[in-house]
Amino acid sequence: MAAHRCSCWSWLLILFSLSVFVVADIHETTPVNDHHGGVDHNAQTAEQTADQPAVEERRWEATEVKEAATVDAAADIQGTSAPETVVPSSVPQPKDDFQEELVIRPLHSGDIYASFQFRTLWDTDFMRENKVSHYRLFPKSLGQVISKFSVRELHISFTQGYWRTMQWGQPFIPSPPGAELWVWFQDSVTDVDATWKELTNVLSGIFCASLNFIDSTNTVQPSASFKPLGIGNVTDHSFLRYATLPREIVCTENLTPWKKLLPCGSKAGLAVLLKSEKLFHSSFHSQAVHIRSVCQDWQCKTTSWELRQTLNSVFDLHNSGQTKREWSLFKMFSRTLTEACPLASSSKLYIDITDNPQGEQFELSPATSLLSQAVVLGDRRTFSVYDLTQETTFGSVRSLNLLIRWKSNEGEMLRPLLHAERYVAGYGLQTGEIHTLMYNNHPYRSFPVLLLDSVPWYLRLYIHTLSVTSKGKDNKPSYIHYEPSKDRVKPHLLEMLIQLPPNSVTEVTVQFERALLKWTEYPPDPNHGFYVGSSVISSLVPSTVAMHTNSTRERPLFSSFFPCKEESSYFVRIYTEPLLVNLPTPDFSMPYNVICLTCTVVAVGYGSLYNLLTRSFQIEEPNPGLAKRIANVIRRMRGVPPL
Amino acid sequence: MGLLSDPNRRRALISMLTRLNAPICVVCYFAGVAWFMGLAFEPFTLRTYMSENAMGSTMVEERFPAGERALATGREFAAHKKKVGGMPVDWLVKNMQDRGLEVFTQSFSRTLPFPDENKERYIVKGTNVYGILRAPRAPRTEALVLSAPCSPGDGNNQAVGLLLGLAQYFRNQIYWAKDIIFLVNEHDLIGMQAWLEGYHHTNTTGMSWSPLQGRGGSIQAALSLELSSDVITSLDLVLEGLNGQLPNLDLANLFYAFCQKIGVLCTIQGKLQRNDWDSVSGYNHAVQTMMLMVMKQASGRPWGDHGLFLRYHIEAATIKGVNSFRQYKTDATTIGRLLEGMYRKLNNLLERLHQSYFFYLMPSLSHFVSIGYYMPAFGLLAVILLLRALDLWVQLNTPPSTTEDGVADIDQSSPGVLSVLTPLVISHLTGVALYALPIRFQETAVEHFPVSETEAVVLTAIAIYTAGLALPHNTHRLLSGEGTEQGWRVLKLVAVLYLAVLLGCTALINFSLGFILALTLVPLAAFVTPHVPKVLSAFILVILSPACTLLFSVFFFQELQDMPVSFQDGWLLYLSVISQGILDHSLYGSLVYPLIALLVYPCWLLFWNILFWK
Repeated sequence: MAAHRCSCWSWLLILFSLSVFVVADIHETTPVNDHHGGVDHNAQTAEQTADQPAVEERRWEATEVKEAATVDAAADIQGTSAPETVVPSSVPQPKDDFQEELVIRPLHSGDIYASFQFRTLWDTDFMRENKVSHYRLFPKSLGQVISKFSVRELHISFTQGYWRTMQWGQPFIPSPPGAELWVWFQDSVTDVDATWKELTNVLSGIFCASLNFIDSTNTVQPSASFKPLGIGNVTDHSFLRYATLPREIVCTENLTPWKKLLPCGSKAGLAVLLKSEKLFHSSFHSQAVHIRSVCQDWQCKTTSWELRQTLNSVFDLHNSGQTKREWSLFKMFSRTLTEACPLASSSKLYIDITDNPQGEQFELSPATSLLSQAVVLGDRRTFSVYDLTQETTFGSVRSLNLLIRWKSNEGEMLRPLLHAERYVAGYGLQTGEIHTLMYNNHPYRSFPVLLLDSVPWYLRLYIHTLSVTSKGKDNKPSYIHYEPSKDRVKPHLLEMLIQLPPNSVTEVTVQFERALLKWTEYPPDPNHGFYVGSSVISSLVPSTVAMHTNSTRERPLFSSFFPCKEESSYFVRIYTEPLLVNLPTPDFSMPYNVICLTCTVVAVGYGSLYNLLTRSFQIEEPNPGLAKRIANVIRRMRGVPPL
Repeated sequence: MGLLSDPNRRRALISMLTRLNAPICVVCYFAGVAWFMGLAFEPFTLRTYMSENAMGSTMVEERFPAGERALATGREFAAHKKKVGGMPVDWLVKNMQDRGLEVFTQSFSRTLPFPDENKERYIVKGTNVYGILRAPRAPRTEALVLSAPCSPGDGNNQAVGLLLGLAQYFRNQIYWAKDIIFLVNEHDLIGMQAWLEGYHHTNTTGMSWSPLQGRGGSIQAALSLELSSDVITSLDLVLEGLNGQLPNLDLANLFYAFCQKIGVLCTIQGKLQRNDWDSVSGYNHAVQTMMLMVMKQASGRPWGDHGLFLRYHIEAATIKGVNSFRQYKTDATTIGRLLEGMYRKLNNLLERLHQSYFFYLMPSLSHFVSIGYYMPAFGLLAVILLLRALDLWVQLNTPPSTTEDGVADIDQSSPGVLSVLTPLVISHLTGVALYALPIRFQETAVEHFPVSETEAVVLTAIAIYTAGLALPHNTHRLLSGEGTEQGWRVLKLVAVLYLAVLLGCTALINFSLGFILALTLVPLAAFVTPHVPKVLSAFILVILSPACTLLFSVFFFQELQDMPVSFQDGWLLYLSVISQGILDHSLYGSLVYPLIALLVYPCWLLFWNILFWK
């Protein structure tokens, strides 16, 4: 790899191999990705030459492929899947394996982003061996779900809050507000809809969430936006179901079952930090479960199941109302770390120190000498690494309370290259217009995005009013997939592939009419409004690393002519805010008045009209006198006509 | 319902109604007026109560501490405003950012149809600055707005200071469930109009504005703050919005509840509440308060920046700090606490404010008259028109033939449909001229007469209005032959029914306007015939015409506000009210001017025609 440069930087190679050795020694499972390694080492050398003084006491750790999910998600937009994304090392390993890690990133807005990831790998096949009865690390409840419902892939997320892309940048794993569930079923499933219905009910029980509200009115089958993230080249989207519940509120009752899926529960390891009273005291909270199948080895002859549990939260430091800004594990989670989960093969804590190479922005204590680099979302980041499986990490007090103390809060955040917003325009309760704005902030590259909109049936979209404009000109989507809604049965599905010109705002507008619901269809709080789920924007965004190709950064010239493929673009999925739309609502507080009034109107109006229509009018004869009547009786008896 | 289907009894009823028509009409009229005046009598009204459970039973504590600092910020704002000579946009942006808000600006420009002499503006350019406090763990679906207008001069600086102080305090609280938008709008209503149009991406008035960058979802409620002194004696609540729309009564209740809790004097229409309802002066006071509300609502113009929110179904009110010469003073901290309490309660809302009334009148802040109580007053006036119509109908039917289908017969015996249609069309064309010409011809008028644009518009309007009075003579020239006795009856029948429908619709939307118009137009519609003394009737007709109603209303309004004016000043005020009405229509979409010009005035002209029927 870097051998050809050893004449100049031989000491560097030694340092590097040392680090590889150290790392490999500690974790048997550290994935070594040759492909990526080469790239990263180039970068490391550059990085190290840039800050040589600091390098001496720092060690580099072999890069873990943190962007695995994003890279292979990136593949799906092109319609191909990347089989060897997560390749376990060839070292013989136990049948199942558990890793945990926590990434902490101080954000430019002054907030703290903490992202937990727990990964359980199991070399078994739920599909082939009919009965899997022995579970070790993999949670049995989920294992049974996979085998019973023939799930190929399952992604579920519960989010409270909205990810503020403009302030916080891109999250590691995006999710929309509320609950989101998307599942790929195996080809063997015959009745996908019934299985989906049953699956949502089961998951509803497992996660204590209202997933049972997922029915045909909010389920769609996206044709392009959601491709499998695991192995397998599936194109038939009839086996995919996607649904969101934007109204779902996430709280402790969802966190507890999520924690119970972990091998150590919340007893040991990083999970001890997950205390709900602190986690729900944040600006953003998102927890997710992703199940997919991955390759067991690099030849990909057998597959194993991967369960990734992620939890992201953003803590608001402004809230604490202190003049001196500092952050510590204890302050945020009211716990410190004392041990790794004993069942975990790797347990690490990463601190993003990219913006703080010389320690001028904040101070980290206790300091660590272990460093790591990864390309995350098109940006090369440097992390300080704390290895919890090592005794020395915890020091003499036998607990790790990480402390970040800010010295200054300068530094500009790179504007996110892609962000989006959505709102309802217009007034009144009859019609309206949904506006979706997509910003491409890249100075010179245009890139395509896939926009997915799923709108409930009670907003009747006028699809002929759909318009896509960027820079004041009509922007014709190269692909449109539209499924009209059916009242009370299925929602609208609109997918479009749109090219975003560089440095522009693209506006997608479509008008709608608000339906008048039947009176039993209104929820108990009809005046709150009705939710429309987030639109999903998936895109391959040109990387910022690639933007730097011609910059004056010190890199060997021969390494920087063609931007590497992995770095040239990366996959991003962003979610817009959900919408709250008011529908025409009758005044439910006055049913009595309404009934009285209606009945009166009907009685008066209908009654009199009916009366006038049916009554026959005739001229009334004056009553004959008594004598005449008697005479008539006699005449009738005589058989002559009456008088 | 045997009454209608029995021809005998029907005939009896009709003959009674026609025989006693005039007395019944008079009784109805006075009953309507009396009913209306009775609305202000306290035992006849309801006490206000909080209908919304989410705001009623929950407890909130108000802890806002930083009133003094807010006032200091206000002074700093004033200094920067003076230095920049307008809205200190950069200073505001920086200050809001320091307070941890997401800050955005919006620039707008608008050329008025003619110069606004009250506010001295013609070509308006400005910038709105707003900061959004993002609620933690909320998905940007709901928002509340707190706005303070940045007016030229040194008014309202304290409001901006308090707004920034509240923003700072609110930012450190964790209980927010809705985003809170802090808005400082330049050029008061025009800026607010631009911001609201930008937020909802509509364009109803042809204003140009730059699109908004940040939003907070659907706005649930808004308060606008006007505060021009460091200490105040009382807070005044302004409810009347565009076209006489009112916010949900719960918003007023919320304000009243907090004033009671915190101990701030609160007023409505600038009138304190009195406890001596049983005395004459107490009743007078209540009538004054209610009449002020009626006059303001009838004007159809937004009486504060909140007025424009109502179009978007956002409940909004303006809170005005008043500094009079009372002993009892309230400092900024207390006002801050009051606003904090109100926002916390609004934050607790699960649904839009919808539980309480949208149609009401308030004789005092603690009492209200709901639509069910005030509508009969209007109903009694409107029934006069129906009785007169019935009378005319019967009169038309009886002399020539007694068959059921009278209209056809009449049309054959009278000069035909033309005699009705011609006055209708001509008077409506006059209305269209009154609506369209003043603004069109302002340049021509300015060229030929030594007047300013504003005067040109107003005087043109008055000229067209007066010219309409000459119509009857011209109308008849168009007609073939003389108008008959039947002819004016048919015309009057049409006019009376037209007026009844017109007033009924107006009263449903804006009760006050409908009622005031009914008070003046109903009697003239009832009595006018070609056979009454011409000169006297013409005088009465002119006195009761919409323009004179407006003139009297101006004087009456000043009288109610305890600011009587001389006739000279009143006339000037009258002219400016007309120009404001036309401006309100073109700037904010107020409907009063088109309603008067296109519908009410032509309707009145029909009666004028009847009077001069030959």
